[in-house]
Amino acid sequence: MKRAAVSPNPPRKRSARAPRDARSAAAPIEVRAVRRGDLDSVIDLDATVTGLEKRKYWLSVYRRYGSAANDGQQFLVALYDGRVAGFIIGEVRDWEFGSAPCGWVFAIDVDPRVREAGVGTLLLAAIAERFKRIGVRKLRTIVARENTLILSFFRSQGMMAGPLVALETDLEP
Amino acid sequence: MKLQKNTSLALYSVLEFAREPERHIAAAEIADKYDISAHHLAKVLAELARSGILASVRGAGGGYRFIGNAKRLTLMDIVQMFEDYGNGDAGTPPATPVQAGLGLVLSEIDENAKATFRSITLATMLRLIERQQGTAPGG
Repeated sequence: MKRAAVSPNPPRKRSARAPRDARSAAAPIEVRAVRRGDLDSVIDLDATVTGLEKRKYWLSVYRRYGSAANDGQQFLVALYDGRVAGFIIGEVRDWEFGSAPCGWVFAIDVDPRVREAGVGTLLLAAIAERFKRIGVRKLRTIVARENTLILSFFRSQGMMAGPLVALETDLEP
Repeated sequence: MKLQKNTSLALYSVLEFAREPERHIAAAEIADKYDISAHHLAKVLAELARSGILASVRGAGGGYRFIGNAKRLTLMDIVQMFEDYGNGDAGTPPATPVQAGLGLVLSEIDENAKATFRSITLATMLRLIERQQGTAPGG
């Protein structure tokens, strides 16, 4: 499940009230742990960005990461103008892939209408801060090669190619 | 992936100009810095100016200055101007299974390199250079 789920697809849905233009007027952005009441907005945002609604999947993600009881599992949302404008999910994994404990970001989405307002930057900084508090010193993610948007975002945050290489093979039926 | 000499010159130059977008920099200054032929560099800079990345400034103290959008321009935008990524090897199918196998591996390397170039904007690159300066001995 370690993936960064952002696609450069154009917005498919619009909510009734569009947030103010992120580039013309700065609104305060709050980052906090997800709440059950945020989930519909998260599902809508993911569907907007990926073009696919995955309610069952998101309910299971919420059950696993939304409790905020475990510092090593984080599901955070960013509120822009009081509305959910982005989210990030990640977890600390110990000794996997031959690696010392490190934080993995496996999903991040930002509302296309508020891009370039610093929402993604704040989300990434917030999850990094929470992981640092429990002693983690490395943050990793995996991004599809074609996903230039999200790849550029992580690059802009100073992330570089790590020592791991993702491999795959087809499994014959 | 091996870059053509012109591509490397273009990348050096664009980054030097983008570091000081308000300054007019003479081609000779960059040629001296990288120990390259001013004549060769002039052709590369002219191409960058034609593409709207640099503007030429005439007269005493002239040269070029950066007029592109550093947050939008990627390394791939520069690389593509000087490298032929059009058809790849599509027109010449491998003659042997060995060539086909090696072709797959080389293609994997190429695709990763292209994704890297596509994902790094000049703004990101400038921050990376700043960080490198900060960590370099005596930097």
